Amino acid sequence: MSKMAKKETKITEVSEHTVEIITNSGEGAQKCAQIFGQTCAKMGNGVWTVEIIPAEIEPPHHTVTSTSGNIIRFGKEKITNWGDQSKLAIAFNEQVLLSRHRLDSLDDNCIILHESMWEDHEDDFIREQYAEAMAEMSTKNYRFIPVPIEEEALKIVDNPSHGKNMFALGLLAEIYQRDLSIIEKQIAHIFRLKSEKVIESNIKLVKAGMEWARKNLEFRFHIESIPPQEERIVMNGNQACALGAIAAGMDLCAMYPITPATSVSHELSDIFETYGGMVHQAEDEIAAAGVALGASYGGKVALTVTSGPGMALKTEFLALAIMVEIPLVVLDVQRGGPSTGLPTKVEQSDLLSSIYGQPGDAPRVVIAPRSIEECFHSMVTARRIAETFRCVVIVLTDANLATGVQQFTRPELDVRWQQGPIDLSPVPEGLRPYDWDPKTGLSRRIIPGAPGGQHTVTGLAHDEDSLVSYHPSSNERGMRMRSRKLAVFQSTLMPPTVNGEEEGDLLVVGWGSTHGAIEEAVDRARAEGKKVSACQLTFLSPLEPGLKDIFRKFRKVMTVEINYSDTVGDPYITEETRRYGQLAWLLRAHTLVDIDCWTSCPGQPLRPKDIYKSIVAKLDEPVKLQKGASL
Amino acid sequence: MSGLALSLLDLEADSSVCLEAEDYEKRPGKWCAGCGDFGALNAVKRLLAKEQLQPEKMAFVSGIGCSSRFPHYVNAYGFHGIHGRALPIATGLKLARPELDVFVVMGDGDCTSIGAGHWIHATRYNADMVVLMLDNNIYGLTKNQTSPTTPQGYSSMTSPRGSVLPALDPLQATLGVSNASFVAQTADWVPAHLYATLQAAYEHPGFSFIRILQRCPKFTPDVFQDQIKNPDLTELLVHEDGVDPPGLDKLFKARRVHDPKNLDDGRALAHRRDMLRLGVFFRDDSLPVYDQIRAVPPVSAEEKIKRLNKEFERYAV
Repeated sequence: MSKMAKKETKITEVSEHTVEIITNSGEGAQKCAQIFGQTCAKMGNGVWTVEIIPAEIEPPHHTVTSTSGNIIRFGKEKITNWGDQSKLAIAFNEQVLLSRHRLDSLDDNCIILHESMWEDHEDDFIREQYAEAMAEMSTKNYRFIPVPIEEEALKIVDNPSHGKNMFALGLLAEIYQRDLSIIEKQIAHIFRLKSEKVIESNIKLVKAGMEWARKNLEFRFHIESIPPQEERIVMNGNQACALGAIAAGMDLCAMYPITPATSVSHELSDIFETYGGMVHQAEDEIAAAGVALGASYGGKVALTVTSGPGMALKTEFLALAIMVEIPLVVLDVQRGGPSTGLPTKVEQSDLLSSIYGQPGDAPRVVIAPRSIEECFHSMVTARRIAETFRCVVIVLTDANLATGVQQFTRPELDVRWQQGPIDLSPVPEGLRPYDWDPKTGLSRRIIPGAPGGQHTVTGLAHDEDSLVSYHPSSNERGMRMRSRKLAVFQSTLMPPTVNGEEEGDLLVVGWGSTHGAIEEAVDRARAEGKKVSACQLTFLSPLEPGLKDIFRKFRKVMTVEINYSDTVGDPYITEETRRYGQLAWLLRAHTLVDIDCWTSCPGQPLRPKDIYKSIVAKLDEPVKLQKGASL
Repeated sequence: MSGLALSLLDLEADSSVCLEAEDYEKRPGKWCAGCGDFGALNAVKRLLAKEQLQPEKMAFVSGIGCSSRFPHYVNAYGFHGIHGRALPIATGLKLARPELDVFVVMGDGDCTSIGAGHWIHATRYNADMVVLMLDNNIYGLTKNQTSPTTPQGYSSMTSPRGSVLPALDPLQATLGVSNASFVAQTADWVPAHLYATLQAAYEHPGFSFIRILQRCPKFTPDVFQDQIKNPDLTELLVHEDGVDPPGLDKLFKARRVHDPKNLDDGRALAHRRDMLRLGVFFRDDSLPVYDQIRAVPPVSAEEKIKRLNKEFERYAV
């Protein structure tokens, strides 16, 4: 049956592991990973999963571009990012595996369970490409274990494409000693709309996978599972934003399809109407912003959801919203840019364009949730800020948060979040549409329908009565009032917390989704005695208070970001010509501290090990002595 | 019984306030002397008075251009937005507040050029609003540039040797959009017809698109001169389901009975270039209206929390 001789089973205790399931698209890797991840979570492990998705819908099978799959990192403790390379992989063919090898995604000693049918396939071409791929991967110390995945699946189902994934799940279940009863429940839940027969055969496949592993594999891994004390939910960042929008009392989401933001609207389209809300799929990105703004003008709580290219198109409407001071929440699920860039991949390159990206001065609030849990709560926060300050709030998540799946404490919902903003009481005599409090820039919002409040809002320069005014002092007053609101908002914020000592040799500053990876890298460095701390920013416009005081206490400050920066020493790149990462650029201007950056834009989340290396390199670098530098 | 009593009270309340056309003026229009926009503004104010609309219960949404200053002059809520984008704002507003009367005012550049995408799609959404497209065949506010509706050969600052392309016909374009439900043409120099058309548009449930031919005394003073001087060059499309304003039969001898339900005839008439035609080209009150078909019953805050907590079960670990 198997080429492997049965040996004594050896159980290795590990604190965490990362597993990849790699298939052609359409072979069910996502379902397999979903059930495995859920099972780990239910058993009490920390889990983070990441989808590997091709940009096309179903590219030709058995090629390096057809890779679809899932990475599951799980461990004893809370898992906050996708980690370093994978320690174990299940691959349905060698080409999809090769694509992962070429991306350096697999650990040098990765255990690879791969489909055995290709090696001796009757088709010469298939055999040849198999041999070539295996030769290319021989540079690593991978341990290859051929598994007759399809052959075994065919014993139970007629179509192996609908069965191999569950057999693979069985392999994982045995290797990691997962609780079969939880897996069975998960299968029953996921296939609840299918027939009883489908559920049965899927469970049979899992058992067959477990049985094969029991007979043929001599290794097992044990990861301690601590059942959670509090109730938890598990979802990806886009689902968290969608449910967060409902929790925040939003009424309307206007959108145009764009990767990787669209699935927020899928989630909402499914359920929003049962909450009295609606998704409007507009004719384009511009109209989506316009419909959201029009709805907000009418007193509804509106959201528009997009990604970089859509942000570019919405710019004029965002400036209008800021000019007329109508609240608007914009969710930008960042992807790789510029232009169409990397539609399905992560990047943090929309920071500066989100803050400054339009002609004219248009102050707005920009926030970046740092985890999937914060994606949920960011919607509530964004709405509150938008309405309190009559302003635009841009929420920057990214493809890493959007498709990463993590469990978090089940949110306690607050009925006050639902409160509608519509106040149609008569407008008191003398109250003007922009009755700015000269100190704070705040004014009461008047909504159509309120008797006595008739006025025309305009994107032209206007005075307190909303009358078009080109008078120099009136224009400057409007500018001042719109800007002042940001300072007032900033006065309500707390300085960010520093993870680690409050002084030391290096402070690593990040923003948004890199939080988990940065903390893990910094923890690793600190465990080795290095004086490194981390600080992850959530509020980018306005910036959180007290940054300069925090930065001063470190010999060096460096941002870590998923965007582009030049490297000094490259052709033509000097201290003078170097372009910095976007947060570094912002913080340098804001604090006058000589902040360095380490950035990378590989189209995938940063790995703790790479951040760790950048930390070591930065610590080893001699401190620059600059004329006039004040650190 | 109590319902009846309440409705009587409502009637009383309504009859106690009688608003005249001038009550709908917020401030006088600031267009050039002789501008056709004044005619449109007057007709609108007459309509508002006729319908006794409450100023706070209606909104005028516009884009950018001479005619888009319109909301500043009406005693109502107004949104003077950005170039070409009045329709998305109006659609969002109508979705949010279907009980408000929404009017949209755009120029020819605003609607048929920079806002053309929104125009096509708003026509298809068929949200309930009255849409005034004031067409003077030119960009006025930016001072005399060729617009899509500028007649071929007509010169401007950007086409000093004459516009090189045939003019775009907004009626044919609108009539070509599926779910278009009301398409009419009128002219600022025939106030009775303009008023009657507005009235029909207001009564129509859905997206009522009116192209209002409008004189620009500065840049296109002559484009409609032949028709203004010689009424025989104009044919009125009349029908009881369209418009047939009294007193015009003496001036306009060419009258054609056109049933606005007949889309093929409406399209054919829009296509013909032999005469200027004023009237309702197409009207169908039975087509799906976006704000109605998307209406969602409200859910109380407590109920939402209850449902969302239940939703979490799907994601429970």
